Amino acid sequence: MDPQAYIVMSAILFSIALLGVMIRRNVLIVFMCIELMLNASNLALVTFSRMHGSLDGQIAAFFVMVVAAAEVVVGLAIIVTIYRTRRSASVDDANLLKF
Amino acid sequence: MFPWLTILGLLPLIGGLAMIFVRGTAAKQVGLAFSLVTLVLAIIVAFTYNTGTKGFQLAEQATWIKAIGAHYALGLDGIGLTLVLLTAFLTPVVLIASWNDPDLPKPGEPVSPDGTAVTHRWGAHAFVGLILATEGFALFAFTATDVFLFYLFFEVILFPMYFLIGGFGGARRAYAAGKFLLFGLFGGFVMLAAVIGLGIVSAQHGAPSYLLTDLTQLHLSTNVERWLFVGFMIAFAIKAPMVPFHTWLPDSVEQSTPGGAVMLAGVMDKLGTFAMIRFCLQLFPDASKWATPVVMVLAIISIIYGALMAIGSKDLHRLIGWTSVSHFGFIVLGIFAFTTQSASGATFYMLNHGLSTAALFLAAGFMIKRRGSRDISDFGGVVKATPLLAGLLLFGALSALALPGMSSFISEFMVLAGTFSRHPIYAVVATIGIVLAALYALIMYQRTATGVPTAAVTEKFTVDLSGKERLALIPVALVILVLGFFPKPILSIINPTVSDTLTQHVGLTDPQPHASEGGR
Amino acid sequence: MTPLEVTQATGLFSLSWLLIAIPGVIAALLLVAGKVSNPWGHILATLAPIASFVLALLLFLQLLGRGVGDRSVNLKLYDWIAVGNWHIEAGLQIDQLSIIFALLITSVGSLIHIYSIGYMAHDPNRRRFFAYLNLFIAAMLLLVLANNYFALFVGWEGVGLASYLLIGFWQDRPTAATAAKKAFVVNRVGDLGMSVGIAFMLYLFGSVQFSDVNAGAANMTFTQATILGLLLLLGACGKSAQVPLQSWLLDAMEGPTPVSALIHAATMVTAGVYLIVRSHAIFAQTETAALVVSIIGTVTLLAGAWIGCSKDDIKKVLAGSTMSQIGYMMLAAGIGPAGYAFAIFHLVNHGFFKANMFLGAGSVMHATDDDVNMRHYGALRKALPITFVTFGMGYLAIIGFPFLSGYFSKDHIVEAAFDRSWILGVLALIGAGVTAFYMTRLMIMTWFGRDRYADGVHPHESPLIMTVPLILLAIGSVFAGLLLNDWIGGWLDPAVGGQSGHSGIFDFSLIGGITLPVVAIGVVIAILIFGRGRQIPVEQPASRSPFTLAGRNDLYGDAINEAVFMRPGIGLVEGVTKTDTGGVDGAILGVSGIIAGVGARLRRWQSGFVRSYALTMIAGAFLVGIVVVLGRLA
Repeated sequence: MDPQAYIVMSAILFSIALLGVMIRRNVLIVFMCIELMLNASNLALVTFSRMHGSLDGQIAAFFVMVVAAAEVVVGLAIIVTIYRTRRSASVDDANLLKF
Repeated sequence: MFPWLTILGLLPLIGGLAMIFVRGTAAKQVGLAFSLVTLVLAIIVAFTYNTGTKGFQLAEQATWIKAIGAHYALGLDGIGLTLVLLTAFLTPVVLIASWNDPDLPKPGEPVSPDGTAVTHRWGAHAFVGLILATEGFALFAFTATDVFLFYLFFEVILFPMYFLIGGFGGARRAYAAGKFLLFGLFGGFVMLAAVIGLGIVSAQHGAPSYLLTDLTQLHLSTNVERWLFVGFMIAFAIKAPMVPFHTWLPDSVEQSTPGGAVMLAGVMDKLGTFAMIRFCLQLFPDASKWATPVVMVLAIISIIYGALMAIGSKDLHRLIGWTSVSHFGFIVLGIFAFTTQSASGATFYMLNHGLSTAALFLAAGFMIKRRGSRDISDFGGVVKATPLLAGLLLFGALSALALPGMSSFISEFMVLAGTFSRHPIYAVVATIGIVLAALYALIMYQRTATGVPTAAVTEKFTVDLSGKERLALIPVALVILVLGFFPKPILSIINPTVSDTLTQHVGLTDPQPHASEGGR
Repeated sequence: MTPLEVTQATGLFSLSWLLIAIPGVIAALLLVAGKVSNPWGHILATLAPIASFVLALLLFLQLLGRGVGDRSVNLKLYDWIAVGNWHIEAGLQIDQLSIIFALLITSVGSLIHIYSIGYMAHDPNRRRFFAYLNLFIAAMLLLVLANNYFALFVGWEGVGLASYLLIGFWQDRPTAATAAKKAFVVNRVGDLGMSVGIAFMLYLFGSVQFSDVNAGAANMTFTQATILGLLLLLGACGKSAQVPLQSWLLDAMEGPTPVSALIHAATMVTAGVYLIVRSHAIFAQTETAALVVSIIGTVTLLAGAWIGCSKDDIKKVLAGSTMSQIGYMMLAAGIGPAGYAFAIFHLVNHGFFKANMFLGAGSVMHATDDDVNMRHYGALRKALPITFVTFGMGYLAIIGFPFLSGYFSKDHIVEAAFDRSWILGVLALIGAGVTAFYMTRLMIMTWFGRDRYADGVHPHESPLIMTVPLILLAIGSVFAGLLLNDWIGGWLDPAVGGQSGHSGIFDFSLIGGITLPVVAIGVVIAILIFGRGRQIPVEQPASRSPFTLAGRNDLYGDAINEAVFMRPGIGLVEGVTKTDTGGVDGAILGVSGIIAGVGARLRRWQSGFVRSYALTMIAGAFLVGIVVVLGRLA
């Protein structure tokens, strides 16, 4: 089976996620898109591991999963807190941190 | 061997740190005690100094950062000793003279009694601590014999000074302090680049070393030497300051307290001219000779430009600041004329400029404190109300215009006549400065002190100099007079080092008299 | 010409530094002691020049006893500046020339101190006045006794400082403060010449010792000698109020009158003449510079006389006359070996008669409530008989009345001038006539005619303490010429390289024969214009004569200075100030402004919108990717 297809798949998933981050305002959607990006890169890592016949890529994928899990914990907590204080789930409403 | 120089530099720094624990009057007393002990130590060091020996004395050396060849190395030569003495002498004078300046207003007291002064940010302990820190860093810089170590103190001294201006100055102190720091840092970074470059060159010739004694042995290619020289020189010219890098000085001294201004113009600025002799001439002798025409022209421009600006100044502090620009022009002129007389004169000038600026700033400061304004037009007829104060102001003014009998005359004469023996035309143009000096000094005195006392002056100048004010000013005046008639003690310290620098490093001997073949 | 042997000081000569130290220390003491010394300060200060005078007299007697060859005594005190190949000493040289000066300074100085006790009796700051006077005496003695140009210059500036302090003594008068500053600044212009001149000596000879300079002078090229001579002349012009640096002297009359007598007539202003005579070896090498000295002297002697003719202020007439008389001395000094002794001779005589007349004027002012306008005087001879007689002696001496002091010295100068060039001679002769004219005018307006003083002014003779010095000075004015005439030339010639020739008291020459009638004509004209039966208006009459107007305005010296130096100077200061704030500082502020502006724009990028950050990030990633790909392709 041609591993090329997995790379293309990963690229498509990543692009969808990227568009989602840029287009959507709902903070939960943006968050899910980021998760999607992480998973797209995981797919690519595992594929590369397979292509080069080494386990490095798979190990990296495990790391990414751990990071993603941690990120979900912290990120969701932040999102919930922002929602409670601002009554909004739009990323554009949380723009106080600027010049 | 006993580490005299380390202790000399550390004492004021420890005194500065001690300010964390004391407040108010106690802080001032402790600070004064530390500065006096430092002065005594400096005098002891001066007595152990042997004018007959070449090279650095009381040297201490330890490897610091081996990878780049930086050392903790201290040592004393005649030029350094002169400036050490100046620093150690001026600090207690400044502390005594500004005894009441940094006090915070008591609760209930109006914030700004005369409507001009802004309240200080911190109390007396901070002022004393910062002054002592400046002294300590300056002492280390004057004794450092490692380029990297010198650079460190050359830069770090900016910070106590920054807080002295920014914490205790006048209404526009924030602007002045910021300008001061930015100029200083800019020069510092240019110098840092040159310091790194020097280190790289040194590493190419074997083990890297920043020791002055090692670096003088380097053989630099013409181009490299010139670039490094320019890097160092820009930093020193900013610190000195020379036109066109001077604009920070008038602003900084204008906004400083008198004591801060003395430390700034009297002590810290000397680092620039000191480093020109110590580093530019010793490390880059050929490049120094190459740059002589440009540097001398800039020096002459500084002399005349500073004097003209002083004549046009309306603010007492600013006027004195401009006179410093003019005087630094003389110092640089003397250094780059490369004769024993001119360079010794320039070194002696550094000492005398410190003394005369101190006399002038402090006397003016006492007047400003009474009147509550720095504006020259707010004074008039002071001599009638407080003759002693006006007399000492005149003394300072006469010292600034280098009246014979004052020590400043000896040095100015040596610079001018020494320069004349190699570059007659430059010397003649520079001599115009002495006429302009008479103008700015006497116009200032005439406008503030003579005439019928104005109503405000009569009302506010009720007491002549207090005991502390006399204690601060009279020693300065005495030293100026004694050195004016008997400069030998200092000249005999300076002269061997300077002639060593010129003959061994720069490789120039003094011109022979031009019409002497049949003399005697 | 062989340089003189200089012997080292022994015995009494090794104490000669006391000459300077006594007044110097007492000046410092009085200034430091403050009000405590008010009751006795003036007495102590008066004793100082007297002590110096006694010492100078003893030294003089010792010199007299020595052979001609070893009358030049050198006393090295210590090394002042010993750097490289320079050895500048603090040292004194007692020789024929300097001892004459020391005697003049201390004798006239002592008398003026005594006079001032009376004159300044009511001034609250009398102690300070005496301290300054002592400072002056010390500095002036240093000037004349120094054995090198550097120490001379220190004294030179020291007298300048004393002059500054004393002109501005009444500091609450703005005019006095301005006059003091002007004197100092104009003198500084002269000092510019001195400083450069001394530097030039070090350049040429590596030494500033008189003996070394004299010895090396012959090795100078003509150009070098001329430049050096002209530089010294510039210094001399400043100190001696010679054209073009004359403008400060008339204003200097703002000071108390004893100061005008001591500093601005008898001693300090003659320092320029001393300098030229002392530098005889240099001028011997340059005909040109010597000629310029003579020309400057001649111009000044006429200018001073001109001003003297048109002033109503008695002190300013005397100041104009001082300029004029110093012009005579300069003229003589420029003539060279034949003139040096005459210059000094006239200088000594002038010291006596001019101090006498200035103090006399002070006595008159004392009597008339400090009025200086001669139009408000008249007929004072009855009220102030002693002052009148002493002043009259001075008058006769200055116009050159036979056998009084001015007669001898001025005739010698006129004669020498004719020997040099008939133009100089004729001009000097005219000057003598004009001198007679304006001095007669002064005499008539002050002492004769009708009294014109305001109601309420009751002129009275001054107290004894003021009249005794007047009497002594008058005796000096009368007899100094007779006493010195035969002797001074021979005495001074070895020290100044002079060849003054010998002239006895009764040697009449053709020139001398012409001078007397010229003087008489001047006197007669003055009597015809101002004398018996002529009314002298109390107000200065308006005049349209350009000569009178020019004289009243000090020959427009101030106007010229203002137009040529002051206005452009003020413009320059303003221009530089603008350049600095606008140009130099502006450039720096401009750079910092640009940086701040760019920062303010760039800041806006940080909008706070997460998605725009993401966009930027992606754009950046794309950019990096493109670069990488292009890099691969290349």
